[in-house]
Amino acid sequence: MIQLNINNKVYEVDASSDMPLLWAIRDLVGLTGTKFGCGMAQCGACTVHVDGTPVRSCSFPVAAAAGKKITTIEGMTEKIGEAVKKAWIELQVPQCGYCQSGQIMSATALLKSKPHPTDADIDAAMQGNLCRCGTYQRIRSAIHRAAEMI
Amino acid sequence: MEKSNNIQSRRSFLKVSSITGGGMMIGFSWLANLIPNEAIAAAVASKDWIALTGFIKIFPDNRITILSPNPEFGQNVMTSLPMMIAEELEVDWTKINVEQGDYDTPRFKRQFTGGSQAMRTTWKPLRTAGATARLMLLQAAANEWNVPVAELTASNGFVKHKASNKTLSYGALATAASKLPTPEKISLKKNGEFSLIGTPQKNVEGSKLVTGKSLFTMDYKHEGMLIAMAIRPTAFGMKLKSFDATDALKMPGIKDVFEIQVYKDGYVKAGFDTRTFNNLVVVVGNTTWEVMNARKKVNIQWEAFQPYKELAGTGNNKREDTIPAGLESSDEHMKQMYEKQKVQGKILRKDGDPEAAFAKAKKVIEKTYSAPFLPHNTMEPISCFAHITEEKAFFVAPIQIPEMMKQSITTNLDIPAEKIEMKLARMGGGFGRRAYGHYIVEAGLISKKMKAPIKLIYTREDDMTNGVYRPSYMVTYKAAIDEKNNVTAIHIKGGGIPENAIHENRFPAGAFENYLAEGWDIPSNITIGAFRAPRSNFIASAEQSFLDELAEAIGKDPIDFRIELLKKAKANPIGKNNEYDADRYIGVLELVKEKSNWGSPKNKNAKRGVAAYFCHNSYAAHVLELTMKDGQPVVGNIVSALDCGVVVNPEGAKNMVEGAIVDGIGNVLFGGLRFEKGVPMQKNFNQYRMIRMKEAPKKIDIHFVQNNVDPTGLGEPPFPPIFAAFANALYKATGKRHYHQPFIKDLNKS
Repeated sequence: MIQLNINNKVYEVDASSDMPLLWAIRDLVGLTGTKFGCGMAQCGACTVHVDGTPVRSCSFPVAAAAGKKITTIEGMTEKIGEAVKKAWIELQVPQCGYCQSGQIMSATALLKSKPHPTDADIDAAMQGNLCRCGTYQRIRSAIHRAAEMI
Repeated sequence: MEKSNNIQSRRSFLKVSSITGGGMMIGFSWLANLIPNEAIAAAVASKDWIALTGFIKIFPDNRITILSPNPEFGQNVMTSLPMMIAEELEVDWTKINVEQGDYDTPRFKRQFTGGSQAMRTTWKPLRTAGATARLMLLQAAANEWNVPVAELTASNGFVKHKASNKTLSYGALATAASKLPTPEKISLKKNGEFSLIGTPQKNVEGSKLVTGKSLFTMDYKHEGMLIAMAIRPTAFGMKLKSFDATDALKMPGIKDVFEIQVYKDGYVKAGFDTRTFNNLVVVVGNTTWEVMNARKKVNIQWEAFQPYKELAGTGNNKREDTIPAGLESSDEHMKQMYEKQKVQGKILRKDGDPEAAFAKAKKVIEKTYSAPFLPHNTMEPISCFAHITEEKAFFVAPIQIPEMMKQSITTNLDIPAEKIEMKLARMGGGFGRRAYGHYIVEAGLISKKMKAPIKLIYTREDDMTNGVYRPSYMVTYKAAIDEKNNVTAIHIKGGGIPENAIHENRFPAGAFENYLAEGWDIPSNITIGAFRAPRSNFIASAEQSFLDELAEAIGKDPIDFRIELLKKAKANPIGKNNEYDADRYIGVLELVKEKSNWGSPKNKNAKRGVAAYFCHNSYAAHVLELTMKDGQPVVGNIVSALDCGVVVNPEGAKNMVEGAIVDGIGNVLFGGLRFEKGVPMQKNFNQYRMIRMKEAPKKIDIHFVQNNVDPTGLGEPPFPPIFAAFANALYKATGKRHYHQPFIKDLNKS
């Protein structure tokens, strides 16, 4: 059994140590806001925070997350996360919406380290998150909007 | 699909019933004569008439729920379709609850997402639903107060009688209204009289989408649910020979490994039954990770298949297709296409005497364009939940065309239609891919065999390498120019694998006295299907690049040149079947010219390209500016002009246009799936380059032509012309024209 602290709640999961954190979160814990997109850290749909750092949970072994503080989209309730979600709605970012959990997780991590990012900062921080619907401009604007709100 | 035999009838007939505990529920049927859209022409050819239904629930406490009949894949119909009902119902939009309708085509009549048709086909029916309910509520109030209906007004979910200062809520009137006869005469608001339609409204699922709520099939959970994955041939041209699951079955969490056959032998395929790999090995287990691991342990032998024939089509429209054998490669495809360009094709259209005009020409410009196969790469990989029991067949499916799934499910799963229950999950992207519902049959077969609820999951590799791809195309445009620099003839010749992309009756047909279009095709065993603006997405890229080059060759401004041709086509149209409205086409060109300050650009450092196109009944023009940085294009601002008639929800509409623009830039620059010996050479996003944040435009400025034309389509029309707007800007920035997509190949060479 592996103990996971997800969104300030402790879960005991029966997972092999090499199981990616993504599948422990989705299949064993049952939180499905974190999405599967590629399985090889290329699209960012599975982004969660581990001890505050954004990681691609599809390529992060569950054993390495034991004892650490994991935050998923469902637990994005602190000030910056709330501002990001609000900005996302205000600027109507999503189309299909499948990638947006990951986008929001990456955006929140960026704003935590850089409260007032430039376009270049955003391009660099968000380069690992694909959006097939093409909402990139709205994401960029929404990050600036969230920065204003914080 | 319910079809009416009484096609003369234009009378709407309502189904009104009471809700347990009071209130009313209104469903309605409406017969409307619809023009089949080219994108689904094959699918709808047998039905000149489509019946449609909307759905409203009014509760005693004045809560009102509107069901959205069409599946949602990001185009925002779950907001815009209910807006049409709400407009005529006269309710407070902010208080409306919207629910996604389940698969119930007999009730909803039309459940189809594709071909940019949602607004066009539901424009009158859905507003009629709202207007009918409003009239019945007004009548119920008139009866209650014993006053004429003409003295009453309905607004914000209440009926008022001004003279007596009386008010009743829709909720209070609903039960009485539900017992009234359906009004025979219903008049709708005229275009231009709307209060909700045309105002920007937020996505009704917005807050769920930013908080990670389970909306997608991938997220669906069920007591005792197992996870299933399939193993498909590694190459097109191969099929299953044999397999040994001994090792896989020993893996932890694994329940079973077995073979399924998707389509039965002799099954006659309808429009969206694609030629998927038919015999698959399936691994079923407790969790995704366990199934992924066990899948690697199955020992499978594949073998090349021989050419085979299969029947396809519906009704009297059946045909026999021959599927060629062989392991195809992209390099070989290019050679085959160039060979085809050397021989006579099938004449698609001929006006005047193009041969003579070319013989007399002082100068001839001839350019050849090509584009590769494209995978859809929806962010949510293909998935489907199925739970087949004696009582019912329950599915949660991401499917664009639920109304067309009945035949495939009933026949291939031996399930009577009345036992099918299907939730239409929000789709994590579609772009045409989810019109092909073979995965619903696959999931059903697996659940039947396991006698358990199962969720079938495709990995990204499964999704990319077992796609229903945009075909690969080639076309040559040729223009004859006389000594006075007039263009005297146009010749278009091209084809594709396995279909050509030529729309012979679209612009510039109609503008030239001498015009020839010819096409060919090359059969293939690679599965292809609809991809956002099928065929248009390639032919527009070639046509609009060529017109740019032609304008330059004769010393004309590219926008003025197009407008001049369109004016000519309007004043003296050549040929009979020209599909476009020259005035509306000119309209978007003039609007984009004005809004982009075409004559005097603000950013002197950036280079600009223009392109326009007509498809799916709408018109789009873009001006794209870019600069070169370290040998790579950087897209700056884009100005777009669209004419899709009345815009129902400008907020959602703009988002969709922006998406089409980004999608087009990504595909023209990076898109392309290569094949070697039948094997797709890109399998995941480490090998397949998608547009990312850094390459996205800096700003997109969207303008809609303001008119009162009934809505046409918008999901597809802005997509095809952005390819050429990019190409033409790239030429201005580099001095080099690009003809073969994706452009990144040549950019990286130079």
